[in-house]
Amino acid sequence: MSNLFTYTLRIADSSLILGQRMAQWCAKGPTLEEDIALSNISLDMFGQANGFYEYAAQLDGTKSVDDLAFLRNEREFFNHQMVEIENGHFGYTITRNFLHDAFNLLFYTKLSESKDETLSALATKSLKEVKYHLRHSTNWLIRLGDGTEDSNEKVQESLEEIWQFTAELFEMDEIDTELLNAGIGVDNTALKAQWDEIVNTTLKKAKLSRPEDAYMATGGKKGMHTEYLGFLLAEMQYLQRAYPDAKW
Amino acid sequence: MQNGKINKIWELLNTVPDPEIPVISVVELGVIRDVTFSNNNYIISITPTYSGCPAVKAFQDDIKVCLKENGINNFELKIVYSPAWTTDWMTDATKEKLRKYGIAPPADTVICPQCNSKKTTLISDFGATACKALYKCSDCLEPFEFFKCI
Repeated sequence: MSNLFTYTLRIADSSLILGQRMAQWCAKGPTLEEDIALSNISLDMFGQANGFYEYAAQLDGTKSVDDLAFLRNEREFFNHQMVEIENGHFGYTITRNFLHDAFNLLFYTKLSESKDETLSALATKSLKEVKYHLRHSTNWLIRLGDGTEDSNEKVQESLEEIWQFTAELFEMDEIDTELLNAGIGVDNTALKAQWDEIVNTTLKKAKLSRPEDAYMATGGKKGMHTEYLGFLLAEMQYLQRAYPDAKW
Repeated sequence: MQNGKINKIWELLNTVPDPEIPVISVVELGVIRDVTFSNNNYIISITPTYSGCPAVKAFQDDIKVCLKENGINNFELKIVYSPAWTTDWMTDATKEKLRKYGIAPPADTVICPQCNSKKTTLISDFGATACKALYKCSDCLEPFEFFKCI
């Protein structure tokens, strides 16, 4: 497995798993407009995942996009743990999405400058969509945080719970470092300061307080996951597992 | 000879409607980036509007049917991601078609396609398709769709 393949797969996996989480909101949104919004975001994430999987499949040469999405187990998925945790209530989903969207915005901005033409093109494309996603989650976080006492309490609790998954976004391992040195990958550590700025500004507007860093989860990009990913994959992969090579 | 055929292909593609917004063609939408000829094959380069837009798959199928019906079988469709699709590629004539169809065209100021009022408010950044947002006119009170700038 080449490092570029693994690097591309990690990006694709985070998009796919978040896309699947958003798809779970379809027909369950708090309002019709939100149902449509979350389903649209889901489609964007699946589309982005598809682009990165196509590139990964091309680099690998033996696996198809569907093989990568539907025929791997938990330990072979390299997504951030933040995207696999359950949706919880609407405010919980919004909080998670906001934290991840802010990261995606900065990550894709940098990846669009990659020396790898395909990664750069896919990042430029994704960035356009991520801007809308971040605007959506930011506006809702402010509305809920600066809403009623109840809504404020709920998103503050969500923030406290999800905070442990934020550190992983900025980690660098040997694959990240090698690709960064080759001018292909992104320096995740260097994104932290700007991410802090986006998060702090929005939390202030939302009348929420930033949690202290305590126990921080890690391991997603090495294939270590929370208990939630297996259940998600079981549902998402069911059809391909039960009816191998089934086509629409 | 090849050039004449390439022009013909562009003409044919211009008859393939966008599956969601049938008043404009895939050429007017700006997703057809190039038509070239190599190794006895016509290569049609297509760029997706939004990366997950289901219409992209639908119009690829429509393009295949249209070309085959017109006796062109030696072609292949190629997806290109760069440069990324932008609504800047839409001409004023295309924007006018959208407006007449009831969709506010991409622009800095969102104008109601029913009464031309500039007093409009955003209801949701996401609409019935990936490319549209929902707005409401404060003058005629009609809700309408806006083709998002991207």
